Amino acid sequence: MSEVRGFYTLWFREVKRYLRDRVRIISSFFQPLLWLVIFGTGVRFSGQIGGLNYQDYIFPGIIGQALLFTSMFMGISVIWDKEFGFMKEILVAPVSRVSIFLGKMIGDSTDAVIQGTIVFILAILLGIKVDPITYLVALPVMILITFGLVSIGLTIASFMGSLESFGAVQSFINLPLFFLSGALFPLIGPGIPEWLQIASRVNPLTYGVDALRTIVLGTAWQPLELQPLYANIAVVGVFDVAMIIIGTWAFNRMK
Amino acid sequence: MTNAIETFKLTRAFNGLTAVDKLDITVESGEIFALLGPNGAGKTTTISMLCTILKPSSGTAKVNGFDIVKEAMQVRRSIGIVFQDPSIDDRLTGRENLFMHANLYGVPASEQKNRIDGVLKLVELEDRADDLMRTYSGGMRRRLELARGLIHYPKVLFLDEPTIGLDPQTRDHVWKYIRELKEAHDITVVLTTHYMDEADRLSDRIAIMDYGKIIALDTVPNLKETLEGDVIIIIAQNLDAVVSLVTEKMGLSHSHVVNGTVEVTVKNGKSMLPRIVDAATQNQIFVESISLREPNLEDVFLHYTGRTIRAEGGKEPHGISAIKRRRIR
Repeated sequence: MSEVRGFYTLWFREVKRYLRDRVRIISSFFQPLLWLVIFGTGVRFSGQIGGLNYQDYIFPGIIGQALLFTSMFMGISVIWDKEFGFMKEILVAPVSRVSIFLGKMIGDSTDAVIQGTIVFILAILLGIKVDPITYLVALPVMILITFGLVSIGLTIASFMGSLESFGAVQSFINLPLFFLSGALFPLIGPGIPEWLQIASRVNPLTYGVDALRTIVLGTAWQPLELQPLYANIAVVGVFDVAMIIIGTWAFNRMK
Repeated sequence: MTNAIETFKLTRAFNGLTAVDKLDITVESGEIFALLGPNGAGKTTTISMLCTILKPSSGTAKVNGFDIVKEAMQVRRSIGIVFQDPSIDDRLTGRENLFMHANLYGVPASEQKNRIDGVLKLVELEDRADDLMRTYSGGMRRRLELARGLIHYPKVLFLDEPTIGLDPQTRDHVWKYIRELKEAHDITVVLTTHYMDEADRLSDRIAIMDYGKIIALDTVPNLKETLEGDVIIIIAQNLDAVVSLVTEKMGLSHSHVVNGTVEVTVKNGKSMLPRIVDAATQNQIFVESISLREPNLEDVFLHYTGRTIRAEGGKEPHGISAIKRRRIR
């Protein structure tokens, strides 16, 4: 019971801190807006992908991007807590490290999913066709995608001593994962160099983005999808479990 | 009287350097126990082991009857800790920090509100409880940390340098709270400090620690008594000559050079004082001034270590921790 309460309080803290940070929430509208409006519109008039409107095509990719960047960024809370000493208060509490990790991780995932939801709202404002049912179906997939990504961020942060070094490592990971995920253009298919296809296939986000496309674009995407929805969800799920195990291990060794 | 803490040859080494060396101490239930020593003496390492943050290299200890190695969770549940460095979430309010702590320590939800109101009252922060903690002053943050350490009704409260970096007025305040907390909750308090006055004013018993070992352990009056007498302070041109005069010619064994003076501990200060002046005159040593005072803890430390507490170990915080402390306090 006290484990559950410990987990809950850590989750609640992450969400509360996030919701209190209005600047961060308002600014989080900005980046997806640039991608969808400027990039999306620009590329839309220079070609089409599989008969799809380019803006429609990248919309699920931009959700993936928002999830990726926010999730990875969340690791910063670990460094922040270490720097300001609050981590000590958490680490000496009579709560297992598994609960501590899960509380923080799921709290950060909640924040990242809110960010993904913001992209949905933007899409509606921009006239991209999305209905509420699509959002509700996409929600569990978004949650699943963030679990693994947040775990990567938290794991890296648990090894880092400063905000600067975390920022440097983060940018090393964010952009390759983003560019290789197929969020902006297809990377798997005929005519694409073998090495690029392989790189894209080992990227867990590729499967997350593909799953979101199947949900958001429906029948228009089905002929183009990498693999069926359930297979994508399975890949992301396995990745999540692996990252959660690694993350718990990393938190266990933290002093 | 039962024991709140017992250590058994408690030892911790870092890369071959022994920070805590076969420590054997006993803290009785209900007392305020101070670990006094210069920075780097091993106080924080000792506390960290007792709080199960650090594992001992060898030996062990019992806190509230639980083994710190084998029963770490039970130990954690039964103690409260106020760290040397700040450890609050300054983007939450004071009350939110307290609620979080209550949840982390499994305080039943039905009791949380009452207990939190109680501790807030104790440290006089009721008015500010719902403000974000980033708006608190250093002293207020410290008070909230003290309050937080009590919410889960610990049997032992550990305070690591409770007033470091605070101004004199706030220190006075914090001391008052610590005493009140102890009375109100009937708990055992273990504190570390390198401030003599803090140990002197707060604690029932003091363990003087140096290089990882306890070099003296007793009540404050008893410690002062071991000095057997008074301190004579001599200012002269040639301090070394004064030292050799009192030790070799007069046979007074406890003399030290401190801050440009010679301090001699003697049994009967009033009768010894003129004799030192006479002896100095006979040996052509010009004494500029000479005075007499009661012994204090600083003298006790000097007596046992041959150094003042300030002289060495002056490892002030530097780098990011210093910046942080300045920013936060």
